[in-house]
Amino acid sequence: MTEIRNYTMNFGPQHPAAHGVLRVVMELDGEVIQRVDPHIGLLHRGTEKLAETKPFNQSIGYMDRLDYVSMMCSEHGYVRAIEKLLGVTAPIRAQYIRVMFDEITRILSHLLWLGAHALDVGAMTVFLYCFREREDLIDCYEAVSGARMHATYYRPGGVYRDLPDSMPQYETAKGHKEKNAARLNEQRQGSLLDFIAAFTERFDACVDDYETLLTDNRIWKQRTVDIGVVNKERALQLGFSGPMLRGSGVEWDLRKKQPYAVYDKIDFDIPVGVNGDSYDRYLVRIEEFRQSNRIIRQCIDWLRNNPGPVMLDNNKLTAPRRETMKRDMESLIHHFKLFTEGYCVPEGEVYAAIEAPKGEFGIYMISDGANKPYRVKIRAPGFAHLGALDEMSKGHMIADMVAIIGTQDIVFGEIDR
Amino acid sequence: MGETLVSLWNLVPGWMQIGIYSLIKITIIVAPLMLAVAYLTWLERKVIGAIQIRIGPNRVGGGWGLGQPIADALKLLFKEIIIPSNANRFLFIIAPVLSITPALAAWAVVPFTDSLVLANIDASLLYILALTSMGVYGVIIAGWASNSKYAFIGAMRSAAQIVAYEIAMGFALVGVLMVAGSLNLREIVLHQQGGFWQWYFLPLLPLFVVYFVSGVAETNRAPFDVAEGESEIVAGFHVEYSGMTFAIFFLAEYANMILIAALTVLMFLGGWLSPFPFAPFTWIPPLFWFLGKTVFVLLFFLWFRATFPRYRYDQIMRLGWKVFIPVTLVWITVIGVARFFTPFGSFFT
Repeated sequence: MTEIRNYTMNFGPQHPAAHGVLRVVMELDGEVIQRVDPHIGLLHRGTEKLAETKPFNQSIGYMDRLDYVSMMCSEHGYVRAIEKLLGVTAPIRAQYIRVMFDEITRILSHLLWLGAHALDVGAMTVFLYCFREREDLIDCYEAVSGARMHATYYRPGGVYRDLPDSMPQYETAKGHKEKNAARLNEQRQGSLLDFIAAFTERFDACVDDYETLLTDNRIWKQRTVDIGVVNKERALQLGFSGPMLRGSGVEWDLRKKQPYAVYDKIDFDIPVGVNGDSYDRYLVRIEEFRQSNRIIRQCIDWLRNNPGPVMLDNNKLTAPRRETMKRDMESLIHHFKLFTEGYCVPEGEVYAAIEAPKGEFGIYMISDGANKPYRVKIRAPGFAHLGALDEMSKGHMIADMVAIIGTQDIVFGEIDR
Repeated sequence: MGETLVSLWNLVPGWMQIGIYSLIKITIIVAPLMLAVAYLTWLERKVIGAIQIRIGPNRVGGGWGLGQPIADALKLLFKEIIIPSNANRFLFIIAPVLSITPALAAWAVVPFTDSLVLANIDASLLYILALTSMGVYGVIIAGWASNSKYAFIGAMRSAAQIVAYEIAMGFALVGVLMVAGSLNLREIVLHQQGGFWQWYFLPLLPLFVVYFVSGVAETNRAPFDVAEGESEIVAGFHVEYSGMTFAIFFLAEYANMILIAALTVLMFLGGWLSPFPFAPFTWIPPLFWFLGKTVFVLLFFLWFRATFPRYRYDQIMRLGWKVFIPVTLVWITVIGVARFFTPFGSFFT
């Protein structure tokens, strides 16, 4: 009798559920997974090295491209590291704007996660519902920075500009009738804050919609309950963070435990799971939708009543106003210096972390006193999560591994960097 | 002129006359069926589009995208058929044929109205059962012949799934047989005369549900589409197929869907009978009722696909073996006992 051997199978990088460029080599016994071996590096762009070759403020755009579904959160991490080294703090209004956009980003990222996760498990309608709401939030990005994804909106010393008083409008085009444009523009008559406020009003009902499709759905529960269980201790040992850690029952959130920006002035709760399975992580993230919505509402209230500067008035660090440059020689020189050689940052090293949608996003930066960082190390939450793929999917079936990749919320931009 | 044609026709030998007649009849059934398959894909995209707040096809052939299925068919016709280098060429080509033949052949015994049926054979229910279970050979052979691990997994899943659901389906049909007392589909429908409360879906409610869900599983439709499981094994058994060979699998899947819907209508929803056996409703031609009910059942297929996540392969097995088969067995016993030992027997006739 011949010995029955396990067989290996390639999963990705060209696979509909590979979340970009994940390649997994699976060792299978029938359909049961014996070992999975994730291969990374197919999206490596050398962000860390690139950041070492550019003045400090010119690498913000690279941070957008790390986790390309939570753009502004990565910017926040990087900008905070520079500010910490420089010893400056952004004006309070800028910090509220940052918190608001961090939470908008969290919703953006979680919406993509929910859509992709549901699609991995086979429910395709949720995906399109999620993208309906994403569209509105991406419009907020556009209104505030001009770019729909890679915003480069946070700058050392504040944010690029104050929130606009008007929203961009839809125009009519061939196949896009006036009635359509008018319907879409209805929400966009007031300022950006009005638009976001209207969004927060309807968003809770949208989350209810997603929940009707999934939360109590028998098939959804069969596919997620007890799948990819990680207990408290293991989650900590594996270096999990964010919803992956909270799903396992560890109450850890940098927004509460090491408050940055103005999170200490804002009222919100941290949802925590019990069993550490895919379903708990799903519930945690669903609750984070609602909590983020709550935070955004508080920020809107504060921002409506407290006008003020959004950028430090220090031209060694921040660009001078355009109109002063036309008349003022000093401003022109500042502008020239700032955009050619940048600024020098005092010697030292710093670690600045923020609670990105996927977990702890940290920047470890060493400065040798020059205008470029000596070393930038990016701590991406997804990397640690992907490392646990083998442990989480051992003994499950192929279909479960797909669900586990979904629940880990893998984005390759940050893992490969 | 007419006389010469008749005399020419009489020159044709008898067996050939029958053959020509049958061919014409087959064309009359298959051509609209193919058209229905094409427009079912259109309907699916429109309906799911509406569910998912999208528009669906709206470019080809006017604002409703009515030319889309034709354009898709043409595209697939002109695409190259790629045969993987280590595939078994013969089986690779024969597999799609094996999967579409039973899907079309089963239509021979489907009575569209009281008189409109190609072959009104006595054991048509048995014939249907035999043919619908043949379709899986196409899937299994396709998966095996492709020489691809993904396709092979798809084929194995499909084989296991069919065994489980074929039994549940068979038992559900036993219930119909017990109540109607006939294996002939036309007789089964005629037994349901007298308004929708006489249709079999009421006394056979559990069997009706089991049959319909098994039908969804049998046609490899979501949420039971593990054999192709887009997000797991890419396209499962037909991952290596392209062009017309792929199109034929596609046609077979949709023809099977329509077949299952039509059979559900015939056995549980009164076939071509109108839901109310009195005036305004009986004016409407029976063919309309039959087609209308079939489309109604088909909409459920589409609705399921848009709403449910996919089952895992072992969960499908559990549902088939541990839920559906016991349910059908229990209900068959209930019918038998009720008919012969209790005064409620008339409910089950």
